[in-house]
Amino acid sequence: MRVPLSWIREFAPIDAAPAEIADALNQLGLEVEEIVEPGREINGVVVARILDVVPHPDADRIRLADVEYGDGQLRVVCGAPNIEPGMVVPFARVGAVLPGDFTIERRKIRGVVSEGMLCSPRELGLGDDHGGILSLPADAPLGTDVREVLGLDDVVFDLSITPNRPDAMGVVGVARELAAHFKVPFHVDERAPAPLVQELDGARVVVEAADRCPRFVALVARIEMGASPAWMQHRLALAGMRPISNVVDVTNYVMLERCRPLHAFDLGKLAGRGIVVRVAADGEAMTTLDGVERILTRDDLLICDAARNPHAIAGIMGGAAAEVSPGTTEILLESAYFEPQGIAKTAKRLGLRSEASARFERGVDPNNAGTGAQRALALLRDVAGAQPARGAIDVYPRPIEPARIHVRTERVNQLLATDLDSADIAAYLTPLGIEVRDGTAVVPTFRPDLTREIDLVEEVARRVGLDHIARTVPSSPAKIGGLSPRQRDRRTATDVLAGAGYDEIYTLPLVAPADLARAGVGSGEVIEVENPLRAEESILRPALVPGVLRAAAFNAAHGAQDVALFETGTVFGTPPEGARLPEERFHLAFARTHMVRRAPHEPDRPVDVYDATAVLFALLGELRIAGVQLDAAAIEGFHPARAARILLDGAPVGHLGEVGAAVVTALDLAGPVVAGELDLDALLAGPRIDRRAHVVSRFPASTIDLALVVDDRVPAAAVEATLRDAGGELLEHVQLFDVFRADALGPGKVSLAFSLRFRAPDRTLTDDEVGRLRQTAIDAVRTAHGAELRT
Amino acid sequence: MSAVELARRAETTAREGRAAIEAATTLDELADAERRFLGKSSPLHEVREAIKTVDGSDRATVGKALAAARSTLEAAQDERRAALEHDAAAQAATRDRLDLTLPPREYRRGNLHPVTRIWRELEDVFVGMGYKVAEGPEVELDWYNFEALNFPPGHPARAMQDTLYVRLGDREEVLLRTHTSPVQVRVMEAQAPPIYVVAPGRVFRRDTLDARHSPVFHQIEGLAVDRGITLGDLLGTVEAFIHALFGPDIQARFLPSFFPFTEPSVEFAMSCVFCRGAGCTVCSRTGWIELGGAGMVDPEVLKNVAIDPEEYTGFAFGFGIDRLVQLLYGIDHVKNLWDGDVRFAGQF
Repeated sequence: MRVPLSWIREFAPIDAAPAEIADALNQLGLEVEEIVEPGREINGVVVARILDVVPHPDADRIRLADVEYGDGQLRVVCGAPNIEPGMVVPFARVGAVLPGDFTIERRKIRGVVSEGMLCSPRELGLGDDHGGILSLPADAPLGTDVREVLGLDDVVFDLSITPNRPDAMGVVGVARELAAHFKVPFHVDERAPAPLVQELDGARVVVEAADRCPRFVALVARIEMGASPAWMQHRLALAGMRPISNVVDVTNYVMLERCRPLHAFDLGKLAGRGIVVRVAADGEAMTTLDGVERILTRDDLLICDAARNPHAIAGIMGGAAAEVSPGTTEILLESAYFEPQGIAKTAKRLGLRSEASARFERGVDPNNAGTGAQRALALLRDVAGAQPARGAIDVYPRPIEPARIHVRTERVNQLLATDLDSADIAAYLTPLGIEVRDGTAVVPTFRPDLTREIDLVEEVARRVGLDHIARTVPSSPAKIGGLSPRQRDRRTATDVLAGAGYDEIYTLPLVAPADLARAGVGSGEVIEVENPLRAEESILRPALVPGVLRAAAFNAAHGAQDVALFETGTVFGTPPEGARLPEERFHLAFARTHMVRRAPHEPDRPVDVYDATAVLFALLGELRIAGVQLDAAAIEGFHPARAARILLDGAPVGHLGEVGAAVVTALDLAGPVVAGELDLDALLAGPRIDRRAHVVSRFPASTIDLALVVDDRVPAAAVEATLRDAGGELLEHVQLFDVFRADALGPGKVSLAFSLRFRAPDRTLTDDEVGRLRQTAIDAVRTAHGAELRT
Repeated sequence: MSAVELARRAETTAREGRAAIEAATTLDELADAERRFLGKSSPLHEVREAIKTVDGSDRATVGKALAAARSTLEAAQDERRAALEHDAAAQAATRDRLDLTLPPREYRRGNLHPVTRIWRELEDVFVGMGYKVAEGPEVELDWYNFEALNFPPGHPARAMQDTLYVRLGDREEVLLRTHTSPVQVRVMEAQAPPIYVVAPGRVFRRDTLDARHSPVFHQIEGLAVDRGITLGDLLGTVEAFIHALFGPDIQARFLPSFFPFTEPSVEFAMSCVFCRGAGCTVCSRTGWIELGGAGMVDPEVLKNVAIDPEEYTGFAFGFGIDRLVQLLYGIDHVKNLWDGDVRFAGQF
């Protein structure tokens, strides 16, 4: 909403400086986005009259104009096609300044000296029109600064109005707020039309949908179509609206001034000289002023003629058929109140928002329909020679009354931490038009946002000023802060990954089906977005690895082939039985690509699956999670023989391994690539290793080494688990220190060399005991895995 | 040999031996000299054997000369050995030299995402102020995201937020939450007052990822519901965390605003941390950086979760984390936060 200061001053004599007014508007909750001073960049441009126009001696398209400007006469060179003797124009003399810090100099153009310049609207910063020189009113005094004539000495506040304040969508509403703030009088002329009649010059109004259109005021007048006067055009332009014709400009003017949208119909084109307000039929079509055919539904409200032909989508946009045009001689002026939600719904469905609909959907004042129409009529008399029919039609079967709200002084003070009495509260509210008597506030209908006591508490807060409310902090024994164990564990997981050299990344949780396909994730149902802006952001990720690999590919494409990346975040699955929302799980995924660089101390090496398992075990160790096993398995997108599921007490909680060759190729990555994904929620729910002290033995240890030959397919971890089991409490430590394959071992055989350290808490183990322990271990792995001692 | 001759022999040996020891340039040469002048076949040994043949008082004379010669040779030997050992150590040190300016063996820590850094900082500040951290789902029901927060269907305030809907349930029933405020409702449903929580989280809008927009970003929400909570408590709490994050010189400013789920509603800003309010490009020359919205929890919202607004009052506030991250780290392009570019990740 753009509000010129001169317009505000018609209702409240505010003489504060623009910056001070802007500050007040902000403090009132009418946020100032910009202070526009259109004339600030113009200096030295005056009103002049063209005396004579002669051809340029050496050019066809440019001419010479002699102008008088109050203090004398000068000759200028001008290329505009529209200049003619007698025209009154803006004249920038030598030394004048135009927007863009453009200083006018004496210039020779094709051999003729130009003593300045005549200006187009664009050159004065008044929009984009550069088709000709701006024509000023013929009676503008010569030599006057054009800023005065054009109203450019004004200041315009560009306000961002919150949806609860329809009243501030009009100059009058803004002026009322400022008058209250600056404690100056506020006055607006509110004469209503009279007398009220059923029929006006043969015109009648029938409202069939009274719930959607609680009030309909109609005035009829004969008018002379034409352009509106300069002052009105300039004011509309400052407020951001394009002048159209005197009649349309008046309706817009009253809308901007009083948040009172109006619509003028060409009465001659309304069949039966009548108005019928009805809901549309499903599928009914109507072409709006913008030339678009709109298909309507029963939820849409139409303004029709007596033959029920639609001429406007109520409160939103008119149609072409009964639009006022240069040939119009008689108009019917509509000033109605439409039910806000209906307007909002139709505007949203049609994707059609107008200045009028923006106001109707916030809720205009039903009770200024008459006074607003009367204001328009007064203006039409001035600018369109209106001769009104006597009286007005006012269909208003159930007048909307001001709301009455009980306001408790103690409630106000309790919420605002103030110490006001009832008189203070009344004094704050009265200038807003809210009368308070005996604890009851009568709220005018231009403030539909005020329906409850709490709403008036806010009004008091605005009037008191937020800067005048003491700033305190609640003190309560219940205020004990902290992260939950799960939140702390998530931080730990993130820190472990970062500590292991992985960079944390965020990737969009909205992904493309193609992202999943490239990562080899093809199966499984996904959650789709109903209204994505593009396919790249059309499904909710079911896993993190595809995004992490995509980021790795982004890095590879930018020259970083060796990266270690991880991400934590939500993944989405189909809703569990009986749930309406998708299943959300908090995952962690990581990937490492290409080479591990160790120059100059050791040779570089390609990444391998043990980089992936190292991360997993670092994580498990830090989180003290027990009971995790790796289970060789085929995983989508991974190498068929180099991947494993991660099992927690037998249940899958993720997977890791080497990324499959097809995926590496599809993403244009430099292989090898290893990756893993973990359901952190599931993992963190698992049992933890207690933090309990155990006695550290003072006695010496006995260490034995066992080289065991087993079948290649036996997981080393299984052999180790068996050894641990067999060793019992005396086994302090097991370490697999060598893995060896050779033909001599037999086909498909592998030698696993373990070091076992035994120790008792209370004595030195004897050679006999150690020998027995050794034999028990050998027997156990022989039974469990067919392991033989290597000889 | 007479006693005199023997004594002279000892002296001569000492002199010659000392010269030989001092001339040794290696530990081997030194050992050789030792053998020749102090060993079993040395002249001193002969003198020592011959001493038995000397009588009485002369014997003492020879003995004295012999002791002096040994002492001289041993002193020379010790001195020379120390010198040679020192040289050998010095040579070994030269040979074993390592250049410590070579690139170290890599022990690299990864980088946390800039949003994680600020997210944690915010959580820590609020935890310090007595708040717990609450969470809620990213895919929400219309009820939690809008309706329970007093956005009825068709309410113009809904148009302020471009919502992404999810293809589940009834039309426009399931959506990607447009703000963290639904967590307020979930917390109040699950827990009776007193409530003091913050809820950082991911939120979604119908936008395409580019330099200035993202369909996904982060907010943090605060909620306090207790007996006797006032608007002053809200203003003071917001001011306190601004001070905690940016220091006591940074001011908090409040202006009236509108949100369906708070009444009275305010928006809050802090004085620009870069120009301290003087006006710069970061704050668009206003001296203020807008942070977010806040207000007293609307009685309708409390009623929706069966909390009696006459007994309890509360405040809520919320603001964007990403914008803060961009501001504090000087990140111009939103897209940088989502690319996973390691060149970017290493800067924070």
